[in-house]
Amino acid sequence: MAAGTHYLPGLTPTNEAPVQKSDDAAGYYVLGDKLVDPKAPTGPIAERWTTRKFENRLVNPANRRKLSIIIVGTGLAGGAAAATLGEAGYNVKSFCYQDSPRRAHSIAAQGGINAAKNYKGDGDSAYRLFYDTVKGGDYRARESNVYRLAEESVNIIDQCVAQGVPFAREYGGLLDNRSFGGVQVSRTFYARGQTGQQLLIGAYQAMERQVAAGTVEQFTRHEMLELIVADGKARGIIARDMVTGEIETHLADVVVLATGGYGNVFYLSTNAMGSNVTATWRAHRKGAYMANPCYTQIHPTCIPVTGAHQSKLTLMSESLRNDGRIWVPKKAEDCAKDPREIPEEDRDYFLERIYPSFGNLVPRDIASRAAKYMCDEGRGVGPEVDETQPDGTVKKFRRGVYLDLGAAIERLGKAAIEEKYDNLLDMYERITGENPYELPMRIYPAVHYVMGGLWVDYELSTNIEGLYCTGEANFSDHGANRLGASALMQGLADGYFVLPNTIREYLADGPFEPISEDHPAVVEAKQAVQERIDKFMSINGTRSVESIHKELGLIMWEYCGMERTEEGLKKAIGLIRELKKEFWTNVKVLGSADSLNQDLEKAGRVADFIELGELMCIDALNRRESCGGHFRAESQTEDGEALRHDDEFAYVAAWEFGGEDGAPILHKEDLIYTAIEMKQRSYK
Amino acid sequence: MKLTLKIWRQANASEKGALKTYELDGVSSDMSFLEMLDLLNEQLLHNDEEPVAFDSDCREGICGMCSLMINGEAHGPEVTTTCQLHMRSFKDGDTITIEPWRATSFPIVKDLIVDRSAFDRIIQNGGYISANTGSAPEANSVPAPRDKAMRAFNTATCIGCGACVAACPNGSASLFLGAKITHLGELPQGQPERYSRVQSMVGQHDAEGFGGCTNIGECAAACPKEIPLDVISQLNKDLRKSMILG
Repeated sequence: MAAGTHYLPGLTPTNEAPVQKSDDAAGYYVLGDKLVDPKAPTGPIAERWTTRKFENRLVNPANRRKLSIIIVGTGLAGGAAAATLGEAGYNVKSFCYQDSPRRAHSIAAQGGINAAKNYKGDGDSAYRLFYDTVKGGDYRARESNVYRLAEESVNIIDQCVAQGVPFAREYGGLLDNRSFGGVQVSRTFYARGQTGQQLLIGAYQAMERQVAAGTVEQFTRHEMLELIVADGKARGIIARDMVTGEIETHLADVVVLATGGYGNVFYLSTNAMGSNVTATWRAHRKGAYMANPCYTQIHPTCIPVTGAHQSKLTLMSESLRNDGRIWVPKKAEDCAKDPREIPEEDRDYFLERIYPSFGNLVPRDIASRAAKYMCDEGRGVGPEVDETQPDGTVKKFRRGVYLDLGAAIERLGKAAIEEKYDNLLDMYERITGENPYELPMRIYPAVHYVMGGLWVDYELSTNIEGLYCTGEANFSDHGANRLGASALMQGLADGYFVLPNTIREYLADGPFEPISEDHPAVVEAKQAVQERIDKFMSINGTRSVESIHKELGLIMWEYCGMERTEEGLKKAIGLIRELKKEFWTNVKVLGSADSLNQDLEKAGRVADFIELGELMCIDALNRRESCGGHFRAESQTEDGEALRHDDEFAYVAAWEFGGEDGAPILHKEDLIYTAIEMKQRSYK
Repeated sequence: MKLTLKIWRQANASEKGALKTYELDGVSSDMSFLEMLDLLNEQLLHNDEEPVAFDSDCREGICGMCSLMINGEAHGPEVTTTCQLHMRSFKDGDTITIEPWRATSFPIVKDLIVDRSAFDRIIQNGGYISANTGSAPEANSVPAPRDKAMRAFNTATCIGCGACVAACPNGSASLFLGAKITHLGELPQGQPERYSRVQSMVGQHDAEGFGGCTNIGECAAACPKEIPLDVISQLNKDLRKSMILG
């Protein structure tokens, strides 16, 4: 906005619709119609959500008792929604694959949750949180959704405190805050390094209270394997009881998917072992659009890989970047030395050097790439590993950089650091066998979160009527890069405050005509699930599901990881197509389908990951620009920073399933801003 | 390293189980305990034997899904969860016995997997603060003394894994109960329901068939989150007071 003009954010467009000139993915996709969010709000940005909440119809309490809601997933988004909709008096059926709703992977979030409370008096506001989030997401998120998120953030903290979430407090008994990457205010609420756990337990307890009240029925060890779409509306799911193997039909007036992210497509990620894409992928195959699937967050501070046996990676909270300084040796010959023997003048604090104003607190995508480049240059630390180069030669690399708490321990004392990060540092020592109070920690980027997910409108409804999607499973709020401490905020905002206020507009037309288990759509869905399971059990090949998953992960990490190229992505698509054939002709699953069978569960998940992996590569191939977590080598500035092309790519790529052997169909939703101006990000 | 594994195999809740012996080679000391079992399962699959079923999810010590009695100890020899136990705690040639949690209230589902839904039912019976969404006052309007908030946090770190029950000779879940009673009881928000909560949670605990506490302390020794034994004193104190208050 121009200085001096009387400007009301939210009325005048600040950018023009993009026009794509490149067509890298030609031949891999079909261009579909443009997509417009039919429920997008208008007016000044600060009034949009308030207006919408008023305009959306109410459902009177007596009618709520006649309406049923299926919610798949019990993390922050699913658990909070089940509790809130249960309290409102709807009949909720909640599903999770774990043995208890309390185990959903939101529990592993460490660092904190953002809220624009401005308790520190450092100039924070809903608008600033909105501004930071849109900028942090590299201007690839919808402004209305993000503003709503910033507005609701303050209510989340109130709600959680009322539930007994034990946030960190100051000596006077008031809530404490800390800083996180990508911002210059202190707005992150936390519970040591276990914020996700405490928030999830809060949501879980609220949900269990509704189980006792009879409004929520919980189905644990149940996995959704198909969506039921009858007469154009989502009306239920087919789920497998993972203990008995029984294939069950569950019907309702509306279905909500809160099933988290698909980072495990990379095999190694910080996700839980069971985290998967099946629920959203099955919905995608039934017509729901998958938006921006290539937007992946590679988190800079994870414990490096130790060997081929590794089953998952572990995050070390970004909050450590508040006190830890990140460095590598200046000279490659120092890399094998004990770090304590490397004098100060021989250390390269590369983030502080390259980005003096944000230093170690640059956003995640930037910190991750910088660490990769240091290691590519031959200045990484930790054990040496062989890596095959694109030309087939093998080179040795050390994949790690130091995160050094030494200066902070000296300045604040060991006790202060212990109090802030105790459980994290313990975990680090358990996994690596090294004491982080004595030796600098070794860290390396790892797949952590996906910004992509099912396309939803402003009301969190997918393009299938009656199918909603919340939390990490949808695409809506983080653009191309998520800022730290924003995932918990989005999950809870969706679950406690957004969905309950939007779903009522849909349910106000219900209850819908009941459908029976012999409706053709139900029969078809159930039969498809049964046939797929029979197929997995009958291939009887030679390869474990695990080994195919690992191979997929290597392809994705190499070609669709931190740096992507046209050539690499095309190669990856070919490799994935071959792997898909290998899976369907040579996978081996033992045991029976009518009992607990963990390999069978995994086979279904990996089959879906393979299809998703191909779509991610096509999406990445089409987007010939660098934005947030998506870095295309062909699109960078002279000094190697990411280069966006707003004139071509300021749009959401929403992909429609193109049939079993058909090409996916791309629908573009233009991103038009009115409350913020797009700028090239600079953290220097 | 090379190991001999004695693992409990049981097809389902109704069939009888038994310990089965396996030899496993090529184990690295950097592997986690569960990655060692992954390696065994890969080997079993190749030998056309059904893999061993065991629970795990986050594999970073926080979700509480993993379990296992390892050489008779809940979560094995270190104070941590099984997923965070690494093979550097064992040596070449070791024999390791692996069994499921042993407790009447946690029936076996298959192999090393047990049913811990009794814990959910205990929480359903008062293990919460009743605060409907949208009804909350401004967060800083009710200050909470820092030391009490810290104690609440420390007890709220319970992951609901059930090691306390598996370690207890009585099969009591008193540590799990005490942790929740202390977490909610230390906070100002938890006061209105404090005494009704303790009665209904203890009632459900007993109805599920968990045993009584006789102050042995195995639970606190086995707890991967180091929940202190004094939460059981808090539990008993609150329970006694609730009876006086009627």
